[in-house]
Amino acid sequence: MNFDFTDDQHAIKRTAREFLSARYKPETVRSLAEGSDGVDSERWREIAELGWPGVIVPESHGGLGLGAVELVVIEEEMGYALAPAPLHSTLSAALLLVAAGTEEQKERWLGALASGEKRGTLAVWDEHAGWAPDHSELEPAGDGTLSGAKIAVPDAADADVFVVAGAGGRHYLVEGDASGVETTPEKPLDPTRKLYTVRFSGAAAEPLASEPERIAHAYATIVTALAAENVGVAQRALEMAVAYAGERKQFDRPIGSYQAVSHRCAQMLLETEGARSVSYWAAWALDHEPESAARAASMAKAYASDAGWRVTASSLQVHGGIGFTWEHDLHFFLKRAKANAHAFGDARWHRDRVAELAGV
Amino acid sequence: MDLTLSPAEEAFRDEIRAWLEAHNPGREPAGDEAAFEFRRNWQRQLHDAGWAGVSWPKDYGGRGATLIEQAIFNEEVVRARTPQVANVLGLAMGGPTVIAHGTEEQKKRYLPAILSAEEIWCQGFSEPDSGSDLASVKTKAVRHGDEWVVTGQKVWTTFAHHAKWCMLVARTDSEAPKHKGLTYFLLDMQQDAVQVRPLVQITGEAEFNELFFEEARIPHENIVGGEGNGWAVAITTLMHERATLAFGLQVGVQIALRELMQKAHESRGNGGAASADPVIRQRLAQLLIEAEVLRLNAYRGLSAIMRSGVPGPEGSLGKWHWSEVNQALTELAMDISGPHALMSEDEWTYRFLRARANSIEGGTTEILKNIVAERVLGLPRMR
Repeated sequence: MNFDFTDDQHAIKRTAREFLSARYKPETVRSLAEGSDGVDSERWREIAELGWPGVIVPESHGGLGLGAVELVVIEEEMGYALAPAPLHSTLSAALLLVAAGTEEQKERWLGALASGEKRGTLAVWDEHAGWAPDHSELEPAGDGTLSGAKIAVPDAADADVFVVAGAGGRHYLVEGDASGVETTPEKPLDPTRKLYTVRFSGAAAEPLASEPERIAHAYATIVTALAAENVGVAQRALEMAVAYAGERKQFDRPIGSYQAVSHRCAQMLLETEGARSVSYWAAWALDHEPESAARAASMAKAYASDAGWRVTASSLQVHGGIGFTWEHDLHFFLKRAKANAHAFGDARWHRDRVAELAGV
Repeated sequence: MDLTLSPAEEAFRDEIRAWLEAHNPGREPAGDEAAFEFRRNWQRQLHDAGWAGVSWPKDYGGRGATLIEQAIFNEEVVRARTPQVANVLGLAMGGPTVIAHGTEEQKKRYLPAILSAEEIWCQGFSEPDSGSDLASVKTKAVRHGDEWVVTGQKVWTTFAHHAKWCMLVARTDSEAPKHKGLTYFLLDMQQDAVQVRPLVQITGEAEFNELFFEEARIPHENIVGGEGNGWAVAITTLMHERATLAFGLQVGVQIALRELMQKAHESRGNGGAASADPVIRQRLAQLLIEAEVLRLNAYRGLSAIMRSGVPGPEGSLGKWHWSEVNQALTELAMDISGPHALMSEDEWTYRFLRARANSIEGGTTEILKNIVAERVLGLPRMR
């Protein structure tokens, strides 16, 4: 029993913290958030050189062949830095391909996604359906082409490949430059992760294999990665609150000496640490205890969804009026946390799954 | 990261699990005296088999086991639903404090009798005017030759009527700043100058007592950790209370949750099965998650101690978080109970009432938040 990272995992965490804090300073994050496509190609190239897009892709397909624990270590740091990079979207597409791609699809795409040479994204949500991938009503036409719309698709503008969820939990692969694919930028809640509506009109699509269990495992990994991002986001918002509460004086005393403020900060720590424990556990279960993985991933997503936005909102309250200004960076953290809380199933949806899986 | 037990840890778990299965004496009898004797016999049995003081040094009758093994032991004891042991406070607080601060003579004198339940311990910290502000205690000890003479009052003293020894924090220097004028004594409860009065709590039971000292006597050699050093020694006692109990507490929550899920299937309080009600399902799921977080934080804290030698921040959060989870659990149980919630004899009604104390006993949630804010987050001190 040892609930601690290995030396290698600690090293990945340190490297990620150093790398990301140097590349994604607050002013960089802000300018990418305020820009139109939200991605900086040079920084993305450096991320790709570290192998992160392929962290969980098998070595035989050009990835690092590491596990969900290493993925979570990286994603937590991505959240801490609030780095706007198409990592989660590319990883998500790669995870689906690893789970259910045909040999030919894997051969063609996985190496390119892992090396960062190509970017991918996952298009899950219909305009009028729920979170679960099998809520989608999208069905291919007789000739195998897809027609229909997907909303809130991250990083779609530069995606070389889409993995698209369809009816019955089936998934399809659509190339970004295929004809009949139209991406329209939307105004996302979280400006550090750009979202698009993607319309397919008779777009050529290849089905992935029907592998419900492996696909479920891929989604569990995707939500665990988002939970870990929220851990990093919450950690940063907590640190910002504590620093501000130590500096800001009112009534001649630092506001952090008032229990109304200090107890709020203690509560933020409780929720951040809880989210961390449950996210690490989910990652470990994905790698080592498949029978617990679905439950653990939904527990992590539910807890970190609530904790992420509550901690960032609480940090905003500690900052007072300045925290409500566009000029302050805090709102970017709050928006990322809240967006992550909803993407791939909100807390209520995942709690429902927990109840189901626990036999309530 | 490896969240499975090592083969050695698994063997340890299997050994204690099998032993508990074979020796569990079952439910304790009604009545305070009978229950106490039952608990004392149970502790003797544990002790004779080498299961008392699992992580205590072998030299003083302990097993010398690792922290993980101690945690496994605590989990298994709760899982097996064995009775309590008689000397809870001696094992969880008194012994560890003597191990940390006592002299060699004191260790030899006190530790074996704690383990065998021959001498029961109680804790004389809180006073009517000194609860969270422990350092303000007024109970006074004045030196007369080789003895100290104690006058004052303590409150919330569990097991006082069975106790031989009281961990007493008393003021020995009224001139010194309040944290510096305290001394930690071991007071012999068996003297006429010590009076014990039971204190009936909201559940109708009397788990606690008031203590009155009128010139009670303590030999000088019964000071632990040196004269004037009582605050530091008392903190050790409290840290052990919060850390050691954490593992048993989280397993207790897991077991209560399992019972509650069963109850949710059976209860027809609002007409249909409570387990089919979406709001109840959400609340149950949230508790399942929180219970898992309690378990994981406890293990993560332990791994941090083993890696770095010092407790990580999650350690100080455990008791606070547990009290919230346990209270929420009993509140949900009342909502599931239907008309049975009206009956004070109902097991869950009792638990609901008893849980009100969880956020007060062993350090109020407000004090624990102060500790987290000041010592973990480094926020400026209040005042």
